[in-house]
Amino acid sequence: MVIAFAARLETTAACHRAEEVDVTQKTLVLLGTKKGAFIAESDEERKDWTLSGPFCETWPMNHVVGDPRTGTIYAGGGNEWFGPAVWKSTDLGKTWTHSSEGLAYEEGKEPVKAVWSLAANNGSLYAGVQPAGLFRSDDGGQNWSHIEGLQKHPSREHWQPGGAGLILHSLVVHPEDEDKIWIGVSAAGVFHTADGGKTWEPRNRGTRADFNPDDQRYPEFGQCVHCVVMAPGGGERFYQQNHCGMYVSENGGKEWRSIEAGLPSTFGFPAAAHPRDPDMLFLLPLNGDSAGRYVPDAKAAVWRTRDAGKSWQDMREGLPQKNAYFGVLRQAMATDRHERAGVYFGTSSGSVYASADEGESWTAIAEHLPTVLSVETLVVER
Amino acid sequence: MHGATQMARIKVRLPGPLVDLFPGSVRRLEVEARTVREMIDALNERWPGMRDRLCDTTPAIRKHINVFVDGERARLEMKLEPGTEVFILTAISGG
Repeated sequence: MVIAFAARLETTAACHRAEEVDVTQKTLVLLGTKKGAFIAESDEERKDWTLSGPFCETWPMNHVVGDPRTGTIYAGGGNEWFGPAVWKSTDLGKTWTHSSEGLAYEEGKEPVKAVWSLAANNGSLYAGVQPAGLFRSDDGGQNWSHIEGLQKHPSREHWQPGGAGLILHSLVVHPEDEDKIWIGVSAAGVFHTADGGKTWEPRNRGTRADFNPDDQRYPEFGQCVHCVVMAPGGGERFYQQNHCGMYVSENGGKEWRSIEAGLPSTFGFPAAAHPRDPDMLFLLPLNGDSAGRYVPDAKAAVWRTRDAGKSWQDMREGLPQKNAYFGVLRQAMATDRHERAGVYFGTSSGSVYASADEGESWTAIAEHLPTVLSVETLVVER
Repeated sequence: MHGATQMARIKVRLPGPLVDLFPGSVRRLEVEARTVREMIDALNERWPGMRDRLCDTTPAIRKHINVFVDGERARLEMKLEPGTEVFILTAISGG
């Protein structure tokens, strides 16, 4: 984009430089942490970064997302004193408002404790909450309505909470058909609706529940899903990081196939899809659920596939290769939409690492933050 | 007439972290209310959304919010006498 503008310019070099600056994009890395939201900002080169925050009155922020259509930033979380809310900034983090109007179950039910996931899609905003449920706002997060169908699924009363509670943490809305939504609930599994949330069906076939008795390893629901992402391109390909393995689905989650061969463990939390290449996926396996849940051998690596999980490459340049005892949580890795995609992850020990070359090399762009709970990106024009 | 049935003017003190969430709100004010629930309704009328920060949908005062009336921890149904001073406090919480 810069080159195209520069080619049309016929004026002075100074003017030329000014035009280049005018069209440069901002790259924002949106961070949800245990003590507020933060924003790391750079340009499209993604070499130099500045950090701002903490925002949202240092509430725990489980998920911070940007709406690429409007540039609005939303942050979902919950505060032990004041309960759940979705925070909103329309000026890239300078000022914030908050609301939880309608973000509630009916009286007598276990109250909503926190917001865990957000998805902005074609003017609508969705929020997944704890205890697991789904809400929708059509006015930019000011008022919310409960998508009640999920509570009516016959399996609902049997859902068991995972280590972080009964949380709806993965939330994928089909970019062209808003009636199609996929969710991941720990530890109930993946569910899908094709009618905007009225009815739901489990989508867990082929994913293991190693924590169940031997003859119940492949239940209809009850798997401990950690992260579900849609591959780009409008197809039906999804990737999943589970408590028990890594998977790909070619049919919207109806069937899952293991892609864990070649990876150092079957355990991890996040998964991040490439913005345009459906065959490329980034994972960050940890050493195991009962082995400390840090990077294997205390050496950090992001693992990349370029063939939809048939083979894997560990990428370590710039990442700590000794005494790294951190984990990376379920929503704490993301890609950006630049031509050479950036990849980012945040650690349980408060570091944020960035790669501007699809994972080949890494630099720390923030350190000493609170535990990083989520990482997302937003690219906007200056 | 007894204060429980008559709208009472009461003094309310709000915690700093709550005031920080609502631009224009103040730490000390007076409202008309016969119960703690009505007091919170009055606060919500002045600063929309404040009820959700103090109460959940049980409905009850949030677990880590303390409302003290005459030194006693109150529930939503507690009746308030005219002139009562109500302290809303954030409890010890978090890490």
